[in-house]
Amino acid sequence: MNILVCISCVPDTTSKINFTQNKKKLDEEGITFIINPYDEFCLTKAIFMKESSGANVTVISVGDSKSESVLRKALAIGADNAVRINADSDSSKSVANLIADYCSKNKFDIIFCGRESIDFNGGQVPGFIAAKLNLPFINSCVGLDYTDDKINAKREIDSGHEMCECSLPAVVAGQKGLVEEKDLKIPSMRGIMTARTKPLEILDPESTYNNNIEILELSKPSERSDCKIISEDNVGELVQLLHKEAKVI
Amino acid sequence: MSLFTLIENWEGRFKKNSFETVSYAKKIADKLNSQLTVLTFSAKQPSELSKFGADKIINISNIKFEEASNDLIAEICQNHIQDGDYQTLVFSNTNLGKNVSPIISQKLNYELLSNVISHPDSISPMSVKCKAYSSKAIVEYQSSSKLNAISIVPNSIGEINESPVEFELNEIEFNKSTYEPKLKVLSRSESTEKISLPDANIVVSAGRGLKGPENWKMIEELANLLNAGTACSKPVSDMGWRPHSEHVGQTGIAINPELYIAIGISGAIQHLAGVNSSKNIVVINSDPEAPFFKSADYGIVGDAFDIIPKLIEEIKQYKN
Ligand SMILES: Cc1cc2nc3c(=O)[nH]c(=O)nc-3n(C[C@H](O)[C@H](O)[C@H](O)COP(=O)(O)OP(=O)(O)OC[C@H]3O[C@@H](n4cnc5c(N)ncnc54)[C@H](O)[C@@H]3O)c2cc1C
Ligand SMILES: Nc1ncnc2c1ncn2[C@@H]1O[C@H](COP(=O)(O)O)[C@@H](O)[C@H]1O
Repeated sequence: MNILVCISCVPDTTSKINFTQNKKKLDEEGITFIINPYDEFCLTKAIFMKESSGANVTVISVGDSKSESVLRKALAIGADNAVRINADSDSSKSVANLIADYCSKNKFDIIFCGRESIDFNGGQVPGFIAAKLNLPFINSCVGLDYTDDKINAKREIDSGHEMCECSLPAVVAGQKGLVEEKDLKIPSMRGIMTARTKPLEILDPESTYNNNIEILELSKPSERSDCKIISEDNVGELVQLLHKEAKVI
Repeated sequence: MSLFTLIENWEGRFKKNSFETVSYAKKIADKLNSQLTVLTFSAKQPSELSKFGADKIINISNIKFEEASNDLIAEICQNHIQDGDYQTLVFSNTNLGKNVSPIISQKLNYELLSNVISHPDSISPMSVKCKAYSSKAIVEYQSSSKLNAISIVPNSIGEINESPVEFELNEIEFNKSTYEPKLKVLSRSESTEKISLPDANIVVSAGRGLKGPENWKMIEELANLLNAGTACSKPVSDMGWRPHSEHVGQTGIAINPELYIAIGISGAIQHLAGVNSSKNIVVINSDPEAPFFKSADYGIVGDAFDIIPKLIEEIKQYKN
């Protein structure tokens, strides 16, 4: 089985977010980039599949050289080979189309993506890839069983779960549940050493896809006014405030 | 040129955000002086949507949201969108919206703006504000395409405007033999007795400060009294004290209720990322230095095990 794991390279979850002077981009000063947390669940699932049934795992990222350290980490965790498509990652459509082009040439049985990237939270790339390749799309996947040509998946719906089934190849957008937090793989010393010898291919895009979406401005949400502290001996006051001031009860 | 929107329902009844989505689309339709078409499936009272401005209502009567696969819903939307002349598509960024909107936009060449939290600042070119960096930032996008799909975060606009119109209702049966769904839905479980988190006006949430799963009885009692949904911090779901579906935050569900009550939660940046768009936040924590107080509107410093029973009593009294 051939598995592709799409990896987006995002600011560490503890990052303080600031912008460049023209407010069009993230100020990358002091920011550590990591594997998008959702993609990490997918990567670990793919490695488990490799361990149990000999799958081959490729990781791919569309972006500049910054994503290489993240891809190296994925190799250290256990992926077999890595690909960076040397293109701008600003447009979800272009990212998805470039990955879909790569998949048309290299056959994969499962294309894993994270449910969303924690930077722009678009949640668009996986669905775009599936639509472009005309494949089944399992979004918000929290559990996966597979045979050679079929998968059985558990996915989240608005307030419950759905069990579904489809043939392979398919696009799966995963999250926690695919594997548990405690099972997440971290690179071992040996993994880090062998990662150095594994292939990290850098490809130039074969087509260009124009980007029709532009960022006009990045801003921060308005700050909350100061917190009103209510005495623990006067809980009734909170109820009054919620009723009279906030008007929420 | 007109507008198209997909409106969800569960067992034939519209959801709270259904009307928000119609109202949102209607406002754009008015600005463009154009018609609003709404597509829904097996709605019990499809005409209800006309109260909020739907000019044309298409009710696919032989398929239910609860049973259909995503790709089938996307396929049916696509067929109708192709038959019309729609400049803008409007979706709700619910699980279903997140499944179908990328497929439809990719296949029919619309630009997709997801996580939208504002009315358009301009319609041509289309520009809207969206959540970014897990609510740590807001990004304003402008699309140079004429064809755009907008997916709005449920409850983020919070406006439901009645604007009754004369409407045309088309009850249509989809010819199931023309499309073989790619995904087969085997079963679905939607807990109907519980309020779904993205839909809830009020959310009561608790963290590790509660010490153990056995102490959630008071949290549930408080939630019941307030007709609220229940949520939890990540470690709480990791330890299996509460189901994963209740985990809110950067790597869980993002919510934006009218009121969020956080009990025994420290307020880590990753937790805040999923809840800080709530309109009002109440924090109850025994540690006056807990970072959550900095992001709260109302706070009580004290032991949850004393305060929650008191709060339950006060709310009962208030309700009488
Ligand atoms: C990549 C990544 C992603 C993450 N994503 C998320 C996420 O999506 N959601 C999330 O929630 N976390 C997330 N986290 C974890 C986050 O960093 C925190 O560890 C977590 O939110 C802490 O949970 P907590 O507040 O329940 O527990 P704690 O931090 O242990 O806080 C418990 C709080 O309870 C208070 N307390 C104790 N006893 C009482 C009492 N009797 N009465 C009242 N108060 C009491 C304490 O003062 C303390 O403030 C993520 C972390 C990482 C690294
Ligand atoms: N630049 C990228 N390179 C590779 N994969 C990506 C990229 N951007 C997004 N993805 C994948 O698509 C998922 C959803 O991302 P998004 O649509 O940006 O929210 C991510 O979790 C990744 O798996």
